[in-house]
Amino acid sequence: MAEIEIPVLTTTVEKMVQWARRSAIWPVTFGLACCAIEMMAMSCGRYDIARFGAEVFRGSPRQSDLMIVAGRLSRKMAPVLRRIYDQMPEPKWVISMGACASCGGVFDNYAIVQGVDQVVPIDVFVPGCPPRPESLIYGIVQLQRKIDQQRMSA
Amino acid sequence: MDPVVTDALRNAGLSDAVEPASSTDMETLYVDRDRLLDVARVLRDDPTVQFVFLADVTAVDLLPAEPRFEVVYHLACLGDAYRAPGVTAAAPPRRLRLKVRVPGADARVASVTTIWPTAGWPEREVFDLFGLAFDHHPDLRRILMPEDWEGSPLRKDYPVQIRKDTQSWSPIQLSPEEFAENIRAQRERADRAARDDRG
Amino acid sequence: MPEIRTETMTVNMGPQHPSTHGVLRLVLELDGENIVSVDPTIGFLHTGIEKTCEQKKWQQVIPLVERMDYLGAQSNSLAFCLSVERLLGIEAAIPDRVIWIRVLIAELQRLASHLVWLGTHGMEIGAITVMLYCFREREQLLDINEMLAGFRMFPSYLRIGGLREDLPRGFHAAVTEFLDKFPGKLDDYEKLLTKNQVWIKRTKGVGYLSRDETMAMGLVGPMARAVGIPYDVRKTFPYLKYDTFDFQVPTATDGDVYARYQVRMAEMRQSVGLCRQALARITPTGAYDCGDFRFVPPPKDRVYTEMEALIQHFLLYSQGFNVPKGEVYVPIEGPRGEHGFYVVSDGTNRPVRVKARAPSFIACQALPKMIVGGLIADVIAVIGSTDVVMGDVDR
Repeated sequence: MAEIEIPVLTTTVEKMVQWARRSAIWPVTFGLACCAIEMMAMSCGRYDIARFGAEVFRGSPRQSDLMIVAGRLSRKMAPVLRRIYDQMPEPKWVISMGACASCGGVFDNYAIVQGVDQVVPIDVFVPGCPPRPESLIYGIVQLQRKIDQQRMSA
Repeated sequence: MDPVVTDALRNAGLSDAVEPASSTDMETLYVDRDRLLDVARVLRDDPTVQFVFLADVTAVDLLPAEPRFEVVYHLACLGDAYRAPGVTAAAPPRRLRLKVRVPGADARVASVTTIWPTAGWPEREVFDLFGLAFDHHPDLRRILMPEDWEGSPLRKDYPVQIRKDTQSWSPIQLSPEEFAENIRAQRERADRAARDDRG
Repeated sequence: MPEIRTETMTVNMGPQHPSTHGVLRLVLELDGENIVSVDPTIGFLHTGIEKTCEQKKWQQVIPLVERMDYLGAQSNSLAFCLSVERLLGIEAAIPDRVIWIRVLIAELQRLASHLVWLGTHGMEIGAITVMLYCFREREQLLDINEMLAGFRMFPSYLRIGGLREDLPRGFHAAVTEFLDKFPGKLDDYEKLLTKNQVWIKRTKGVGYLSRDETMAMGLVGPMARAVGIPYDVRKTFPYLKYDTFDFQVPTATDGDVYARYQVRMAEMRQSVGLCRQALARITPTGAYDCGDFRFVPPPKDRVYTEMEALIQHFLLYSQGFNVPKGEVYVPIEGPRGEHGFYVVSDGTNRPVRVKARAPSFIACQALPKMIVGGLIADVIAVIGSTDVVMGDVDR
């Protein structure tokens, strides 16, 4: 009897954990450039992100789950980005917001890293220059769906 | 040619240090590289012109023409809005552009931070992006590029896009000797702890 | 009694920080809560825009340049367009209607930029409600931007030679509605902050910079007006026929964070007046560019029916136009101070040099002078009052 019960219990716990993880994704403030302004607009009254669970932007990476790389990443800033990412505890996700973070954007030159995925692993890419707040909310919702599919066990 | 500016320079004996240039928007003067500080001081202090405001210091790379660089200073007199301390009457508002020709082989020019302290960071930026050195600058080091960057990006022979791996770690700030010493001290502590545990 | 040995503590207010308005690094040396020395490091957002501009044709520079000072975006493209138009010599050919529309857009951008300034400044000092209110008003301004050219932050509506296209239907109504409601909202913000004892205690006497120091450090704009230097590019070196408008330049004398707050609030009210005057002069439809087809594309109905217009349109967007050899610097009064582009041309269809005079860059240089000697909490207030935008600092 016990053997039949355990698999059922694991799946339910897994669903609960997934639900808990995706319903309260707290981002760390990593606004770099113009996309940061749209990210701030997303967190304000009209496109309220708090209703999707991202209630507060934590200042410290050690207290957050999500890093939204909002803006163009310059070569001087790349080590800082990696260090902040390393300081976040598991489970953590990264959204690359905007064209500059995803692929270098309009700036194909010596100073900008052509895609943040050269430095950190990305879960969701949100295109736009800057993406509308609704696009970013859609990106966060897609991330929530991705978390729903992540399994606890291997 | 604005007669007031030329008069001010002539009264200070600097007429031969400048050479007028044609321009669409404001008075432009080419200044002799060696007399730059004298000209700048006169332009700031002479009560008929009072160029108290340095808007910007920048450079242009004219490769393959020689002299290769032109360092450009944009000055302005703000009229009644600001008079330097000790000055009774304000000069009328006007703008002026100074240009200094700098050859590519000897890329140095005097720093004007003693006259307009605002030039500190713009001159650092020109040093960083063009490789032009400024004599007697209080703090000449790179400002926009990482400190260990090689090359001057805004020069015409520097490519727009370089194929370089992104460095996502910060270089260690220790010398090799300090690093070796730290490792040795760490190993010694570990050995001592192991001996204490056993013993 | 043993002697207490004290040392200063070095704290890194790193590039990733909620309150540094972007990626600014300050290495602070502290003695308790007082700041002994500060070493600012910038360059974490250096985008190489100036180098990229040298590879683009003249019209293609406009979207790049808008992304420099990303809060008041179209003031960048306005400065660039004015510079290139002066080099081209078509300043006189720009119709008056275009000038009034540009004035309106410039002042609306000033409002949008000041709203973000007030929101973030308030939030960092602790008045979080102000941020929500300011962004609510800014959403209306972004809607107007979207109406113009379909894009919230970077419409690229201002072009060399005029505007991209005519004003949309409903523009007058939307702007009038915004201008009618906005002064009431400004009163709301003032009610929350101006006589608030906490705000006054956090901002009065903080970050003082004397008059002569301000001019020596090259700070102009609201920072200088807050210390008694009434220099405004719109009055001293007028552009876009600002001398035909009726507005004042607000000044204060204290030179601290509170004075800068007062100056910017008063500037917002003046901008509303300017917007109303400009809107009254704009007809709902009419000319929207200089009509010179060497620089401006022909209207679409002619492009679709006439062969010459089609060829002209094609050449303009594939080869661009040549700008006569020369150099020019036309400063404008941006939200942060004197903003301008030094543009050098060698007669081809690409610029040789595009250099932005970035007011935030100069303001960052003056930060140590304002911070040293104060408390660590004052650093946040001072950075907020300088209204630095790191995109402008690092370019």
